[in-house]
Amino acid sequence: MSTALPTALELAAAIATGSQTASAVLDEHFARIEAHDGVIQAFLSLNKDQAYATAQGVDDLVKAGNASTLPLLAGVPIAIKDNLNVTGTKTTCASKMLESYVSPYDATVISKIKAHQMPIVGKTNLDEFAMGSSCEKSAYHPTYNPWDTACVPGGSSGGSAACVSAGMVTLSLGSDTGGSVRQPASLCGIVGLKPTYGLVSRYGLVAFASSLDQVSPFARTVEDTAAILQVIAGKDAHDMTSSAPSVLPDYVASAQVGSLATQLAGKRLRVGIVDGFEGEGIQAGTQKAVTEAIARFEGLGADIKRISLTGFKEAIAAYYIIATAEASSNLARFDGVRYGLSERDGVENVYDMFAKTRAKGFGAEVKRRILLGSFALSAGYYDAYYGKAQLARKVLAQSFNQAWQDVDVLICPTSPSVAFKLGEKNDDPISMYLSDVATIPANLVGIPALSLPCGFDEATGLPIGLQLMVPAWEEEKLLAIAYAFQEAVGLKNLVPPAFQALKVTV
Amino acid sequence: MNTVAIESKYEVVLGLEVHVQLNTASKLFSTAANQFGSEPNQNTAVVCHALPGALPVLNAQAVESAIRVGLGLGCEIARYTKFDRKQYFYPDLPKAYQISQFDFPICGVGEITLSNGRKVRILRAHLEEDAGKLVHVGAAGLDGSTHSLVDFNRAGSPLVEIVSEPDMRSKEEAKEYMMMIRNIVRYLGVCDGNLEEGSMRCDANVSVRPWGQAEYGTKAEIKNMNSFRSIERAIESEVKRQIAIVESGGKVIQESRLWNEAKGETVSMRSKEEAHDYRYFPDPDIAPVHIEESWIEAIRATQPELPHEREARLVKDFGLSEYDASVLTEFKELGDYFLSATAFSREYKILSNYLQGDITGILKNEKKAIDETALTPEALAELANLTAQKDVSSAIAKKLLPVMLEKGGLPSALIESLGLKQLDNVDELKVIIAGIVAQNPDNVAAYKSGKDKLFGFFVGQTMKATQGRANPETVNTLVKEALDA
Repeated sequence: MSTALPTALELAAAIATGSQTASAVLDEHFARIEAHDGVIQAFLSLNKDQAYATAQGVDDLVKAGNASTLPLLAGVPIAIKDNLNVTGTKTTCASKMLESYVSPYDATVISKIKAHQMPIVGKTNLDEFAMGSSCEKSAYHPTYNPWDTACVPGGSSGGSAACVSAGMVTLSLGSDTGGSVRQPASLCGIVGLKPTYGLVSRYGLVAFASSLDQVSPFARTVEDTAAILQVIAGKDAHDMTSSAPSVLPDYVASAQVGSLATQLAGKRLRVGIVDGFEGEGIQAGTQKAVTEAIARFEGLGADIKRISLTGFKEAIAAYYIIATAEASSNLARFDGVRYGLSERDGVENVYDMFAKTRAKGFGAEVKRRILLGSFALSAGYYDAYYGKAQLARKVLAQSFNQAWQDVDVLICPTSPSVAFKLGEKNDDPISMYLSDVATIPANLVGIPALSLPCGFDEATGLPIGLQLMVPAWEEEKLLAIAYAFQEAVGLKNLVPPAFQALKVTV
Repeated sequence: MNTVAIESKYEVVLGLEVHVQLNTASKLFSTAANQFGSEPNQNTAVVCHALPGALPVLNAQAVESAIRVGLGLGCEIARYTKFDRKQYFYPDLPKAYQISQFDFPICGVGEITLSNGRKVRILRAHLEEDAGKLVHVGAAGLDGSTHSLVDFNRAGSPLVEIVSEPDMRSKEEAKEYMMMIRNIVRYLGVCDGNLEEGSMRCDANVSVRPWGQAEYGTKAEIKNMNSFRSIERAIESEVKRQIAIVESGGKVIQESRLWNEAKGETVSMRSKEEAHDYRYFPDPDIAPVHIEESWIEAIRATQPELPHEREARLVKDFGLSEYDASVLTEFKELGDYFLSATAFSREYKILSNYLQGDITGILKNEKKAIDETALTPEALAELANLTAQKDVSSAIAKKLLPVMLEKGGLPSALIESLGLKQLDNVDELKVIIAGIVAQNPDNVAAYKSGKDKLFGFFVGQTMKATQGRANPETVNTLVKEALDA
C-alpha cells in the first residue's frame, strides 16, 4: 500500500534538479493545509512569511545554477511542535500560560533546519507542555486522527504526527519524553524516531522532563526519517547533556537496500521479543500484527528470541515519579514575573500573583503532574519516591544491557492499542498513563527507539505501530533494520484515503 | 550582677557562611557578562531570564576559580562534583530554583588559623549562582513601595559559598576570619573582596552557651551585614539579645534574622521565610563534573602567592619588620607596588615607609587606590634611591609625591622641572643662616643662655627660607656653627 504523495527525499531531489521549485512545493503543501487542517486541526499557528522567504532562497540558488550547494532536504517543508522555539513565532506549548509568548531565539534544531534551508510551515498542537498521550490536553483544541477523525492522533506530539499523516507536510519535529513521538506515530501510521538521549540538542525545547526529553522527528518513510535525523543530530555547546560523536554517521546511507547486511557484517540478525505484550491489556489486532511482524523478521533470516526485561513494566511507575519531579521544577519558572500570563490585578502580593497566574495559566493535567512531582521531591519522601525511581532506572538499564548480549534489536508493539476515541480516557488518567507502557523504558535508559507501521487493525481499520529498540548510539543499525522491515512489510508513505486526492507534483 | 558580669557567664559560638562572588568574564551558566554597574537587565541572556527552553552551560573558568579558592583554604578538592536545584519562588529568582550544590560540593574540608592560634575548620565550599536584584519603587524598601522592579544583571553570577564549622568564639575572631578569606580571594585574583558592593557577603550563625556546657545553644542566622564593622556590631547585638533571652528563662528560636544597620539590632525574618522545603534534587540539565587530578595539579602549580606566604617573604627576603610586612600584606596593592619597586631599588625600608606613610596619606585624602594614580614602581624606586643618597629630603619628598601620584614622571626629572633641587651649597646657605641669626638676636641670646630647643627654630627658619630645599644635614651643621660662633 502506497500513495502518490512524494516523500521528503523525492521533494528535495525535484527541487535540486529544478523539476519543481521550492516555492511551488510550499504552495502545494499550504494548499493541503488549507484543505485539511480545518478537520484535523494539527496546527496552532502558521508561518507563511518565513517559510516562503526560505523557499525563495532555495529557488534563487537553483536559478543561479548553485543547486549542487544545496544542503540535504533544502526546500522541503517541515512542521514544528509548538514547544520548540523559533525566533519571531509564538511558542505556546499549547498552554494558556504562553498564549502570547513570542520566542526571541531559535532552538538548536531550528538553527540546523534553517541552515538546511527547510521552510518551517508552522507550529503544531500538543498536549499542554507535552503532558499527555492524546493531544486532547491542549488548552486550545484537540487534534484529530486522519485515519478516523473520531479518534485521537496520540500525544503529546499529536499535531506533528497528524500533519505528516494527512500529507500536509512530509516531515515534522516532535519531542519524546515517554513516547510522545513514537505513540502518535503508531496511532497515525507513520514513522517516529526517538534518538539516543544526547544525540539531538535540547536547547530551545521547552523542558518537560530534562533527563528524558529528546527532540524527535516524524516522517512517512524510514529513509525520510534518516534524512531528517541527519539534519538535526549533533553535539551542541548550548546543551551540556548533548554528547553526540563529533563526526556523525551517514544515517541516510543506513536506510537503503543492503544496509542491514552491512550493519550486521555477515552475521544473522538477532531479534528479541519483549515479554509481556500478550493477553490482557493488549488489543487482539495489535497482538496479531506483532505476531505477523515476527514472521516478517524470520523471513528476513533473523533469529528470534523472547527476552524478559526486569523492570520493563514497572518502569512506568519510575517514569511518573522522575518525569513529574523534573516537570514540577522545570515549570516553576512560569510565575508571571518576566513573560507569559501574569495575573496582576487585585493580587495581594507577589506570592498571590504567582498562585493566581499558575492557577489560571496551567490546565488540570499539568497541575496534576506538578503536584505529583513536588510531592515526590518533598523532604521525607525524596528517598522513598525519587531515590527509588532512580534506582529502578538503573536496574532497567542493567536488564537492557544484559539483553544486548543476546539480541541486536528488541521489538514490541509501540502502543497496547490502536487510536482510541476522543474523550475515551479523559476521566481515567491512569489508563492514559498506561498507554505509554512500551515506550517509556527507552526514555528511562536513553536508548534509541523507532515506531513504524506493521499492519492495520481489522476491527477498526486503524494502523498499528511496531517499536524497535537498539543500544545507545546505534541509530545506523536501527535505521537499517527498520528499512529492511519496512520493505518486507510493504507499508510505507501511508496517507489515509481521505487525504490522497490533492496531489503534490514532483 | 552588672551586664558585663552576666555576659561573661556565656561562651559565644560563631560559624560563618561567606559568599565570594567570582570575577569571571561570564556568568556561572550563561555567556552573559558577569559585570556590574550596567543599565538594568543589560547583562542578560536567555538563561538569565529563564526563557522557556534555555539551558545552563557550566562555566569552566568558574570551576577553576572555585578550585583555586578551595586550594587557598586548604580544602580537599572533589574529584566528582554535581549541581542541584534549590527550589523556591521569589521574583528575583528567574527559574524559581537556584542552581547550587547539595551533597557533592566542589571543595571539602579545610582549615584557617587565626592570629591567636585558633583553628577554624571549613566544612565545605560550593559553587552556586546568585539571584537578581529587586528595586522597590516609591520607598526605601518593600514596605510602602508602589511596585518593584527586577534587575537580572546579577542573576547567575558565580558565587563560592564557604561554610565554616562553629569554631569562632568572639566577634573579633569572626571579623579576622572574614578578613583572612577576603585577603585570600583577593590574592588569588578571583574576587575584589569588596563587602560594601556585595562582592563578598556573609551570614553568621550565632549562639551562646554557659561556659562548660558541651552542647551548642540554639543558633540564629544573621544576614545583611555588609561591612566588617557591621559584622562585629551585628554579632555583638545578637549575642546580647540571646543572653538576655536565656537569662530571663526564655528559649532562643532557630531562625534567620536581618541585621538592621540603622537601628543597630537584628530583626526576625520569620514572617517572610517560613520553614522552607527546598526540594533539592540533582539538576538534570548539568552533567556531573569529574575533576581530573592533573587539572587540580595544573591549578595548584599556577596558584598565586597567598597572603601568609607574602608576609613571610617580605620579612625574610626584604628584611622588613613583621609590622611592616603585615601592613603591606593586608593592603595588597601597596605590597604589589613594593615588590615591583624592589626591581629598581634595594632601599626596602624607605620604600615601605613611603608607601605606608606619605603615599597612604595622599591616597586617603584623594580617596583613590594606588593603581588609580600615575605613580610607577620605577619612580617610587628612584625616589627611595635618591632619599638614601640624601639627595632628597623628607621635605622635598612631600613636595614630589603629590605630583608623582597625580601627573607621573621620575623624581629626578621633576626635581629639575619643579626647581626642587636640594640646596647643598655651603656658601649660599651660610649667607641665608647669617641673615636669620641677625634678624633674631633675642632667640640667639636665649639659645646661648641654655635654651637648646631653639636650635630647631633656626633650622626651621632656614628650611622655610629655602622652601624646604636645603639639605637638612648641611643646615644642621651650619646652624650649629653659626650659633656657636
